Amino acid sequence: MSPVIAVENLSKKYIISHQKRERYTALRDVLANGTKRLTYKLTRPFAVPENDSTHEEFWALKEVSFDIQQGDRVGIIGRNGAGKSTLLKILSRITEPTSGKIRIRGRVSSLLEVGTGFHPELTGRENIFLNGAILGMSKAEIKNKFDEIVAFAEVEKFLDTPVKHYSSGMYVRLAFAVAANLEPEILIVDEVLAVGDAQFQKRCLGKMESAGKEGRTVLFVSHNMVALKSLCEKAIWLNAGSVIEKGRAGDVVSNYLQNGVPVNMHQAWGDPETAPGNKNVRLHSVKITYEGGTSGEDLTVASPVNLEFEFWNFNQNMLLNFSVVLYDNQEVCIFNTGSPAKIYPKGLVKGICHIPGNFLNDGVYRVRLLIVRDMSMPLIDLDNVAIFEVHDVGREGAWYGKWIGAVRPTLKWETMATSD
Amino acid sequence: MQLKKRRKQKAMKESENMSATQQVLIIEAGRTEHHYWRDLWRYRELFYILAWRDVLVRYKQTIIGFAWALIRPFLTMIVFVFVFSKLAKLPSEGAPYPILVFAALLPWQFFSNAFTEAGGSLINNANMIAKVYFPRLVVPASAVIVSFVDFLISGMILAGLMLWYRFVPDWRIFTLPLFIFIAFAAAMGAGMWMAALNVKYRDFRYIIPFVAQFGLYVSPVGFSSTIVPEQWRLLYSINPMVGVIDGFRWAIMGGNTRLSWPGFLLSIFLVLVTLVTGVLYFRKMEKTFADII
Repeated sequence: MSPVIAVENLSKKYIISHQKRERYTALRDVLANGTKRLTYKLTRPFAVPENDSTHEEFWALKEVSFDIQQGDRVGIIGRNGAGKSTLLKILSRITEPTSGKIRIRGRVSSLLEVGTGFHPELTGRENIFLNGAILGMSKAEIKNKFDEIVAFAEVEKFLDTPVKHYSSGMYVRLAFAVAANLEPEILIVDEVLAVGDAQFQKRCLGKMESAGKEGRTVLFVSHNMVALKSLCEKAIWLNAGSVIEKGRAGDVVSNYLQNGVPVNMHQAWGDPETAPGNKNVRLHSVKITYEGGTSGEDLTVASPVNLEFEFWNFNQNMLLNFSVVLYDNQEVCIFNTGSPAKIYPKGLVKGICHIPGNFLNDGVYRVRLLIVRDMSMPLIDLDNVAIFEVHDVGREGAWYGKWIGAVRPTLKWETMATSD
Repeated sequence: MQLKKRRKQKAMKESENMSATQQVLIIEAGRTEHHYWRDLWRYRELFYILAWRDVLVRYKQTIIGFAWALIRPFLTMIVFVFVFSKLAKLPSEGAPYPILVFAALLPWQFFSNAFTEAGGSLINNANMIAKVYFPRLVVPASAVIVSFVDFLISGMILAGLMLWYRFVPDWRIFTLPLFIFIAFAAAMGAGMWMAALNVKYRDFRYIIPFVAQFGLYVSPVGFSSTIVPEQWRLLYSINPMVGVIDGFRWAIMGGNTRLSWPGFLLSIFLVLVTLVTGVLYFRKMEKTFADII
């Protein structure tokens, strides 16, 4: 059977303008530039026209090809700016490709944002009809589904209240409920699970899963690998506008996790002359280790992590202590920990800093290492000595949202029922 | 032969399994949509719903609600009657001056509201345009429909004036739908131009209200176009609203009002040109809306 979606050599070019921040053009600029060009031509009639250096081409998608069969649930993964959203926008006909061709069989509904077109002044009931129509449902269809939508969103009591008075949770629930009750042959969903509470997310995933079981085709973009793996059986990995890999979701996701993030778990310098440092100390190696592996792929929130380092000490009997500073990829300092000071002889010195499991949140971390003399004078201060990623761990329950907080410690709790 | 038949049966079964609406869609650069007008028809409900939303939202949290659609044209009419009839003592072509003014104010306000609303409609719905597909023509068209609802409401004032002055229109009133249609075409054409241009050049955000305000004085709203000297009539008709307003007056006031045919035809021709080029330009720009809005 021929594929439901066939994408051939799809490319999309954007022109980035460096001159102004606005994406729209002002008539004034058009006129001014036009005049400039005209005077240029008049004064230098034989000159080759200058290349407009304020504009730069940017290929959001480059020669992308893939096929999707009916009933497939396909996840699209890739880092920010890889072209995932552009691909979805082209597939849902919001924007036009620059070149290439797509054949789609069947009715497409896309959910690139929750609650598109919701009007704050209108009531919940009115917004259901409005949003449904925007998503391409007929009035009769919405009427049929109305009770189901209301039940799914749990907003019965507030149906006739303007949605501007809704809590943000209610708002999102209502919006998703409308979209979830669409019954297209092809459903395109962009990162919408980031919103809503645990229970609601579970139902959303369930709804998408059942859509797949009914023979609908689902395309799903998410940064959440756990949710993606549980929902999709196939995946496409995009990077810088090109397809890197397509295939079984499990394989693609694990390859992506290994290569998609610039981790740097082991560095070594063999030569004590050129290694980073100075006449007092020079770094020999830095290594991130953890129980169970070396690839970094199975380093999870639960894993205890060891940061091992070795350096050459060029002075006899130095009083040294070490300091490790950890940053996340948003440049937030997670902690700074110091070792006790000790006297070391000349030669190689090794240190290990143990970071317990169930302490770091999932994310990418960068290590900065300081070696301090006499408890006061830093001998070296090296940033970026190692980068590692902590992966999310399979959780109990079915909430897949980003766990908030700089750290994610497991703490001791005491809970009890107290009755008097 | 039999194989072919079997294949056909299989194909039929397959298409039954899928829904009846299934069709193959091809997305390609620069491809003109074959199904554009059919798509537009399929999205007709969105069209009503957007219009309904705008009508509903417009008078939410107001005390007198729909009465605003009556008060504004009524007060404008009173001011115009006072200035042009009482102060400037302009002729009224036999009908009561308020009726003369109102017969012009109706199409003018329809046009200027529709033009303003449609012109800003894409920008106001930018979020929808960036996130959902639908034929974009729906947006300015439904803005024009909203203004048409206001037009129908303020039409009640005209009926009231006719009763008050015991003014009985003649057979020509039945030709009014034709002129309404022309007004509609003018509003649609100009609205589409403005909407598409506004997405790209935000200057039109300032041009649109200016044109709407300016147009009120250069169009024969407060006075009859007969006071324009004969040799200038044709030139005056370059403003398409002159033809539309003259048509409205001719149909509503009856009696000795006469249409100046060359001017009228010129106006109608320009309305059609605006409409056709408006649709073409809009369709041409439509594909880039999501990228530049």
